Amino acid sequence: MEASKVIHAIYTDDDVLMSAVKKVKAERYHIEEIYTPFPVHGLDKAMGLAPTRIAITSFMYGLVGLTVAIVMMNFIMIKDWPQNIGGKPSFSYLQNMPAFVPIMFELTVFFAAHLMVITFYLRSRMWPFKKAENPDPRTTDDHFLMEIAVDGNEVELENLLKETGAVEINLVDKAH
Amino acid sequence: MYTFSNKLKTFSFILIILGVLGVGYGFMTSHKSFEEVETLLAEELHHEGGHSEVAVNEETTHNEHGQVDEHKKHIEHVQHQIANRPWSALYVAAFFFMMIALGILAFYAIQFAAQAGWSPVLFRVMEGITAYLLPGALIVLAIAVASGTIGHYNLFTWMDPEVVAHDKLIQGKSGFLNIGWFAVRGIIFIAGWSVYRHFARKFSIAQDTAEDNSNFKKTFRISAAFLVFFIYTESMMSWDWIMSVDPHWFSTLFGWYVFASMFVSGITVLALITIYLKSRNYLEFVNENHLHDVAKFMFAFSIFWTYLWFSQFMLIWYSNIPEEVTYFITRFNDYKLPFLGMVVMNFVFPILMLMNADYKRIPWFVVMAGLVILVGHYIDIFNMIMPATVGDRWFIGIPEISSILLFAGLFIFVVFTALTKAPLLAKGNPLIKESKDFHY
Repeated sequence: MEASKVIHAIYTDDDVLMSAVKKVKAERYHIEEIYTPFPVHGLDKAMGLAPTRIAITSFMYGLVGLTVAIVMMNFIMIKDWPQNIGGKPSFSYLQNMPAFVPIMFELTVFFAAHLMVITFYLRSRMWPFKKAENPDPRTTDDHFLMEIAVDGNEVELENLLKETGAVEINLVDKAH
Repeated sequence: MYTFSNKLKTFSFILIILGVLGVGYGFMTSHKSFEEVETLLAEELHHEGGHSEVAVNEETTHNEHGQVDEHKKHIEHVQHQIANRPWSALYVAAFFFMMIALGILAFYAIQFAAQAGWSPVLFRVMEGITAYLLPGALIVLAIAVASGTIGHYNLFTWMDPEVVAHDKLIQGKSGFLNIGWFAVRGIIFIAGWSVYRHFARKFSIAQDTAEDNSNFKKTFRISAAFLVFFIYTESMMSWDWIMSVDPHWFSTLFGWYVFASMFVSGITVLALITIYLKSRNYLEFVNENHLHDVAKFMFAFSIFWTYLWFSQFMLIWYSNIPEEVTYFITRFNDYKLPFLGMVVMNFVFPILMLMNADYKRIPWFVVMAGLVILVGHYIDIFNMIMPATVGDRWFIGIPEISSILLFAGLFIFVVFTALTKAPLLAKGNPLIKESKDFHY
C-alpha cells in the first residue's frame, strides 16, 4: 500500500544529498523517489537501485536488425529475382555477401539504437503531452528533492532529515 | 621493484633453444635438389589421381619442347617456394613480436599526448614492452636484408636482379624498391622510434625523483612529435616490410590496416602482462577498472581492425580489377582456412566475448580472449607474407612454430628484464594519483 503522506526533503548540494541518502538508507527508511537537476554520479548505487538491462535489450534488437537485413536481401537479391548486375555473383547469399555487409551493419545499428530509445521512453514513461511529474520546479535548476513515505513517524524522520543537512522539509499529503 | 623470476627466465631460455633448434631444422630441410622436388611433385600428382596427368600428357603431344621448359620452370618455382618457407616463417614471427612493441610505443605516446588519467599506473609495463622494439626491429630488418644478400631472394622478389631485368613493373618501382634505399629507410624508421623510446623512458625515470613537472612536459612534447613521425614511418614501414613482398600489388589503406593489427596485439599483450604481474602481486595499484579499460581498447580495436580489413577486401572484391584482385584470389584459393579463420578469431570471437562490461573485469576471461586475438593477428601477418613467398606450399609446422617460440622467448626475456630496471609505479607522474584512484 502506498503511503498517502510523504516528506519532501530539499537539499542544495549533491554531496550532501549523497551522504543523506546513505544515512536514510542506513536507518532503513524507504526512499520513494529523488529528483535532481542533473545526473548525480553514484546515486543509483547509494539508493540500491537495480542495474539497468537496457544494454541487453539493445543487443537483442541488433540481432533482430541483422536478421531483417539478411532475410530481406536474401529474398530480394538471391531468391526473388537473381539478376546479373555488373557481374556480381547472385547464385547464393554467401557469394555476394560482401556487397550486403554495409546494409547488414547499418540495419543492425539502426534497430539497436532506435528500438532501445523507444524502450527507454516506454519504460520511463516519457512522451509528448505527458504531464510533468515535478513536485517542485526548483529541482530542475539547483535543488535536490528526496521523497520519503511516512507512516506515523513524521517527527523522528524530520529530525533525521534535518541532521542530514536538508534546507527545507515539507510534509505533503498526496491524497489531495 | 620487479624481480625476474628464475622460472620465467628458464622458460624463456627453453623457448629460445627450442626455437633455434626448430629454425635450424627448418633451414636444413628446405634445400631440396631439382630431382627431389621432381619426385615430390610426381608423388603428389599421383595422390591427387590421374585427372591432371591426362592434361599433361595431352599437352606433351602438342608441344614437346615447350612442355619440357614448362616442366623445368614449374619445378624450379616449387623448389624456390620450399626454400622460402623457413625464411618466411622466421620473418613472420619476427615481425609479429616487433609490431607488438611498436604498437605499445604508439599507445604509450597517445596516452601522454592525450594526458590520459587512467593509464599512468601502466606506463612502466608499457615501457618494459617497448624495450623489445630496438632489438626486434633490427632483427626484422636484418632478416629482410639477409634474404636478399646471403639468401636467394627468399622474401622479396624485387631484390632479385634477374627478376627485375624481366619485369617492367618492378623496374618502374626500382627507384623506391632497391636494397640500399630499403635498408637506409629501415634504419631511419628504427632510429626514430628508438630515439623517442630512449628519451621517453629517460624522462619517465627522471620524473620519479623530480621536484617539478618539467620531465613530464618534455615527454608530452616529444610524444606529440613522435606520433606525427610514427604515422608516416609506420605507413612506409608497412609498404617496405610487408606490402613489397607482392611488388605488383598495392593498396592505399595498407598502412592503417597493419597499424590496427599492431595496435590491438600490443594492447592485448599489455593486458596479459598486466594480469600476469598483478597475479604475482607486483601491481597493487592496478585494479579491475584498469583492466576494464584495457579490455575496452582490445574490443574497440578488434572492431577497427575488422573495419579496415573488410574495407580493403570489399573495395577490391567489388571492383574486381584484375591487377588488384589477384592478391585476394591467391589468399582465397590457397589460404581459405587462415584467411577466414582470422576474421572469426579477430572479430567474431572478441566482439562476443568482450561486449559485456562484467566480462571485461574478469582476468581469466580477458586472458582467454587475448590469446585468441594474438593467434588471430599472427595469422593475419602470416596471410600477408606467406602467399607471396611460399604460395600454396604453406603449413603451420615446425619452421613456423619454432620461429614463434624463438621470438616469444626473446620477447619475454627482453621485456621482463626491462621491467626489473625500474619501479613498476611511475610515482612522479602528475596524473598518478588520479590513475591510482581510477574508478569506472
